[in-house]
Amino acid sequence: MALLSIENVCVSYDKVEAVHNVSLSIEAGQIVTVIGPNGAGKTTLMMAIIGLLKSKGRMEYLGQDLARLDVESRVGQGLCLVPEKRELFHDMSVYDNLILGSYSREDRSQVPQDLEGVFERFPRLKERRSQMAGTLSGGERQMLALGRALMSRPKLLMLDEPSLGLAPLIVREIFRTIASLRETGVSILLVEQNARAALETADYGYVIETGEIVQSGPANTLIHDEKLIAAYLGGH
Amino acid sequence: MTPDIAAILGVDGIATGAIYVLVAIGTVLIFTVTRVIFIPFGDIAAFTALTLAALDTGQVPGTIGLLVALACLATLVEVTSLVRKQAYREIPYAFLYYLVIPAAIALVVWLLIPLKPPLPVRLAMALLLILPIAPLLDRIVFRPIADGTVLLLLIVSVALHFALVGLGLLFFGPEGVRTEPLSSFHMEIAGIMLSGQTILIVVAAIVFSALLYLFFDFTLVGKSLRATAINRTGARLMGIRPARAGTVAYLLGSLMAGVSGILIAPVNTIFYDSGFLIGLKAFVGAIIGGLASYPGTAIGAIFVGILESFASFQSSAFKDVIVFSMLIPILIWRSLAALHSEEEVDE
Ligand SMILES: Nc1ncnc2c1ncn2[C@@H]1O[C@H](COP(=O)(O)OP(=O)(O)OP(=O)(O)O)[C@@H](O)[C@H]1O
Ligand SMILES: [Mg+2]
Repeated sequence: MALLSIENVCVSYDKVEAVHNVSLSIEAGQIVTVIGPNGAGKTTLMMAIIGLLKSKGRMEYLGQDLARLDVESRVGQGLCLVPEKRELFHDMSVYDNLILGSYSREDRSQVPQDLEGVFERFPRLKERRSQMAGTLSGGERQMLALGRALMSRPKLLMLDEPSLGLAPLIVREIFRTIASLRETGVSILLVEQNARAALETADYGYVIETGEIVQSGPANTLIHDEKLIAAYLGGH
Repeated sequence: MTPDIAAILGVDGIATGAIYVLVAIGTVLIFTVTRVIFIPFGDIAAFTALTLAALDTGQVPGTIGLLVALACLATLVEVTSLVRKQAYREIPYAFLYYLVIPAAIALVVWLLIPLKPPLPVRLAMALLLILPIAPLLDRIVFRPIADGTVLLLLIVSVALHFALVGLGLLFFGPEGVRTEPLSSFHMEIAGIMLSGQTILIVVAAIVFSALLYLFFDFTLVGKSLRATAINRTGARLMGIRPARAGTVAYLLGSLMAGVSGILIAPVNTIFYDSGFLIGLKAFVGAIIGGLASYPGTAIGAIFVGILESFASFQSSAFKDVIVFSMLIPILIWRSLAALHSEEEVDE
């Protein structure tokens, strides 16, 4: 049974429909990517899955209907979104941001251990643990957003353009981290414009254009698809 | 004005200001977490004083009736909204939080009154009766319009204040009260008489501000309140419910306002409508702090207290006019400061 499956989901802003009849599913332990150009509706889809935007259609997570759960309950059930805007708590310390990531958890005794885990993964955050989140560089902010998400021990981690606005070296580091999360057993829904890096990391991919899924398949097939190469993967 | 008089007025002003600090900090807390400028905290302070006065004389305070009425109304609103959302499983919790707990508090206090409990117990009873009122009002009045603009919330808040004044007259009657001083201690420092009450007021303001600081810095719930204030969407994505953070903020703010009501009651005669001036002056203090900074708010509230004290020496009839006239230059200064920082963000 799929961890998350959505069927014929439509999302509109007022009267403009930004996502039409999108269906996709993720198995436990999988990394699935949704790639597509600017304004394709990727962020809109993520916001609908987490519950920040209203949607039509069917969404099932862990065998239950998501429509019955509000954002906070979805988070409590292990659904976690690192949004495009990061939404960090700028006037709070790195440490406080991470601790707040664990807010929805009931196993409080495991939190210090997970915090150590995040610090091991991102030593830079440990150095800056008492610094305000607002003073961090772009790459460090992305690490903090990722670390904060990991503190909730998510079952399904949704990442909205984790490489957005970052220097190439840091982008590579972020993708390495995402690939390494596979060992922890978390499932990942990865939204990217950086199609090549995303397909190299993922098991399965969907291509979304103007709100509709136009293509899908195993990531290692998509990465060799000639039409896709021409459209998104460039010559290099 | 001699230095002696100035010193006495200064001490008096700091004590008055300390009262405003307690209410103002609650105001800032509520505003940052829920975006509501909660004018009725002054009323909460006045109602606490009236409650304590009734308990002191062994009477049943009007707060019990008010609390039960609000609890019934809030339960009705909550259950209706749950039925509409088809969240039937949450209905028992709605009854527990909105009806059973407030009713239990009212019942316990009602049973304790004939036993003539000692002062510390009476203080606890007064605070217990007052604490649920603002969270219940939040459920009834503000939760349905939580996504409205700050202006809409403010207009409703002002309307709520007038409704509360009416309810105050209904439940407490028109008589003014003055409670016994909490301490008969006096001492003299450098020729200035300090009453135990003055010292108590200042110490209480410091202690409760410090406790709030510790709560914000060292507890997960405290951090979740700050997180909600800084970034609501971010907080929701962590599983923090803004409505629940709001309830905690209302409870804390009510505690601060209730304590200020207890402290002011032996110094000033309190009527059912005395809350307005307390709330408004605390609000001026909060504005000086930009409705955001707690230290700034504390300094602002003390400043208002000192200004009021000197103004009442010059002309007691015009003291409020003088204090509120100060609001105009302060608002101009604050709005200029706000403009300036917005420009910085744009760069
Ligand atoms: N708040 C909004 N109100 C109205 N329309 C919006 C809003 N946000 C996005 N849209 C529109 O919805 C469509 C999808 O936008 P969305 O942000 O989901 O795209 P995206 O794939 O995430 O793009 P990007 O790669 O730039 O992040 C776009 O046409 C956009 O203009
Ligand atoms: Mg996007």
